[in-house]
Amino acid sequence: MSKYSMHLLVCGGTGCHASESDAIVCNLRDELEAKGLMDSVQVILTGCFGFCEKGPIVKVMPDNTFYVQVKPEDAQEIVDEHIIKGRKVTRLLYRDPVTREPVSDSKHMGFFKKQLRIVLRNCGFINPENIDEYIARDGYQALGKVLTEMTPEEVIKVVKDSGQRGRGGAGFSTGLKWELARNNKSDEKYVVCNADEGDPGAFMDRSVLEGDPHSVLEAMAICGYSIGASNGLIYIRAEYPLAIERLKIAIKQAQEYGLLGKDIFGTGFNFDIKLRYGAGAFVCGEETALIHSMEGLRGEPTVKPPFPAEAGYLNKPTNVNNVETFAAIPVIILKGAKWFSSIGTEKSKGTKVFALAGKINNVGLIEVPMGTTLREVIFEIGGGIRNGKKFKGIQTGGPSGGCLSEKHLDTPIDFDNLIAAGSIMGSGAMIVLDEDDCMVSMAKFFLEFTVEESCGKCAPCRIGNKRLHELLGQICEGKGSLDDLDRLRNMSVVIKDTALCGLGQTSPNPVLSMMDNYYDEYVAHVTDKKCPAGQCKSLLEYVVNAENCVGCTACARVCPVNAISGERKEVHLIDPSICIKCGACIEKCKFDAIFIR
Amino acid sequence: MSHIKIELRKEDVDFIKGVCATFNNDPQELINVLHTCQEHFGYLPAEIQEVVSDGLNMPVAKIYGVVTFYSFFTMTPKGKHPISICLGTACYVRGAEKVLDEFKKELGIQVGESTKDNKFSLSSLRCVGACGLAPVVLVGDKTYGRVAPDDVRNILKEYE
Repeated sequence: MSKYSMHLLVCGGTGCHASESDAIVCNLRDELEAKGLMDSVQVILTGCFGFCEKGPIVKVMPDNTFYVQVKPEDAQEIVDEHIIKGRKVTRLLYRDPVTREPVSDSKHMGFFKKQLRIVLRNCGFINPENIDEYIARDGYQALGKVLTEMTPEEVIKVVKDSGQRGRGGAGFSTGLKWELARNNKSDEKYVVCNADEGDPGAFMDRSVLEGDPHSVLEAMAICGYSIGASNGLIYIRAEYPLAIERLKIAIKQAQEYGLLGKDIFGTGFNFDIKLRYGAGAFVCGEETALIHSMEGLRGEPTVKPPFPAEAGYLNKPTNVNNVETFAAIPVIILKGAKWFSSIGTEKSKGTKVFALAGKINNVGLIEVPMGTTLREVIFEIGGGIRNGKKFKGIQTGGPSGGCLSEKHLDTPIDFDNLIAAGSIMGSGAMIVLDEDDCMVSMAKFFLEFTVEESCGKCAPCRIGNKRLHELLGQICEGKGSLDDLDRLRNMSVVIKDTALCGLGQTSPNPVLSMMDNYYDEYVAHVTDKKCPAGQCKSLLEYVVNAENCVGCTACARVCPVNAISGERKEVHLIDPSICIKCGACIEKCKFDAIFIR
Repeated sequence: MSHIKIELRKEDVDFIKGVCATFNNDPQELINVLHTCQEHFGYLPAEIQEVVSDGLNMPVAKIYGVVTFYSFFTMTPKGKHPISICLGTACYVRGAEKVLDEFKKELGIQVGESTKDNKFSLSSLRCVGACGLAPVVLVGDKTYGRVAPDDVRNILKEYE
């Protein structure tokens, strides 16, 4: 890297990629070429910076200037002004939402201030398609240290002492999991990386794989050494083509460097990694289902025990960890268990990556120490609610998690606190909801997902969730009763207690938590037949405001069911028993004389 | 099984057999074989599954079970320009459903169907991981971000 005096880092994450970051790279290179600067300035396509809301992002190093919402046609100005004349392009700088002052350095942005990047340490800094850049940032040093200086038992002890808990959702101790796999004797064992990120609204794993694939490969090899496995498999969604491409490149480079394959570092340790593709099934995030899918079968879960550590892939002892869990391992090895366990809360150590999305100003990928409060995440890092609306709730843990309300805002985020509050950590999706979101419709939306994704093997999940979904549908249509609310709760508890796997056991969480935190809204749907958020179509009423109506007849003419009556130049009237709430009249009215009640 | 009947040409059969062979005719590689076949043919009708069954030496019922289990595999052909609307939570709360409704209205088809001229097909998917751009629509490989119902007509125009 040294021959260049300046670097232009362009985000190549999925969001920015979709906003033509490739074209930005091309234009920047063309401009530099034209100005004869190709030898002193390098353009690098990196992984995700995290600040997806303001993408595409271009960062200029070494002065750390952070340009946001860059368009391909801005390339010339960046090169002419910043590179050649040394003047920042103010128009492309991020503006503080309160002071409206431009902020040039990412360190001073609210979005980055409270973050601590361990898992995402390299995302946005290195070219993920170049192994040398990973090595330059201490890459594969942990593997070297483990293979040459440590016994497998010592490695497991470090991971155990670090207190790291699995980032896939359940929060089981990583070190303990490795120890169980190590203690089961077998001629062959497997290390599996779960990269089947099926949780809608979650893109943590994807960003790590796209931005820093080698960190996962290195950790898998370390795990292989610890448990006594020489084969690694990454189970990745076929819907993530960019991540697959970068993983393939990374595996090939690691093999060429002798960091994967036979006799790694001349120690006699063999380890290689293959890719397996998912095919779109949420339940395959569950480890037993994932293993069946890798064997070419339907991804249906099986009862544990036997745990994968005893009989997993091909009935051999198998250790399954999530992408984020693996990505932190090399740092834990290099910096030590004590360092890692000094971050976080008493029972949840280290940092957690969250995908922040929904009705929030700064959508993006963030990494914060465990114990950070929801308020800090939403209002400081996330920049508050969009369009000045009021905060209503935050769904953590995806469709398996719960929705937390205003009273939980000062809860420090960790595994146990989220469970106590009625939600889960899950994989780390956080969807922010505002006053316009209806909590009955949201619960219905999540159940729709679970019903679609239920594999159908056990009755509580297959039949129970379907019934929950039907009940919620009836309530949204104004056909529910107070008894239905009791029925919802009872059935949810039964499903939780009796379903076979993690998917079914957690699927009623949205319903239960939303009923706990927004019970009034549920009652309003069944007793008053009203949707306070104004989302449930069947519960809305279209009304003419007599003061504004001039009797132009435009609405009556456009109404497809002739629900509007009234003479010319007289106030019109909508018959609610005929109205189908299509909204055509509102669109047509030029006098704002029709409103929804 | 599907109602679509297709005649496989000899080169098609050879292609499928070839795919099976590159995966060592190993039944455990079924999902990889199906991915490769779907990439080539666009979909996986019964006739293709039968050839795979022969190639991997496993019952076609098992293959059918796998094809129908995973949402990525389809037994009906997609349109020339497949349209997918992301209905992940982030897109949903930012109004993806209204965008989907607009596509249904403009194209006159439901999710899972293709237009009569087979130009467009409509499907929904769960999260492409570009939540910063929500709501997101994919047409083929092209991603459209922050789509509003009013944009739908213009998007379709690009493919006329």
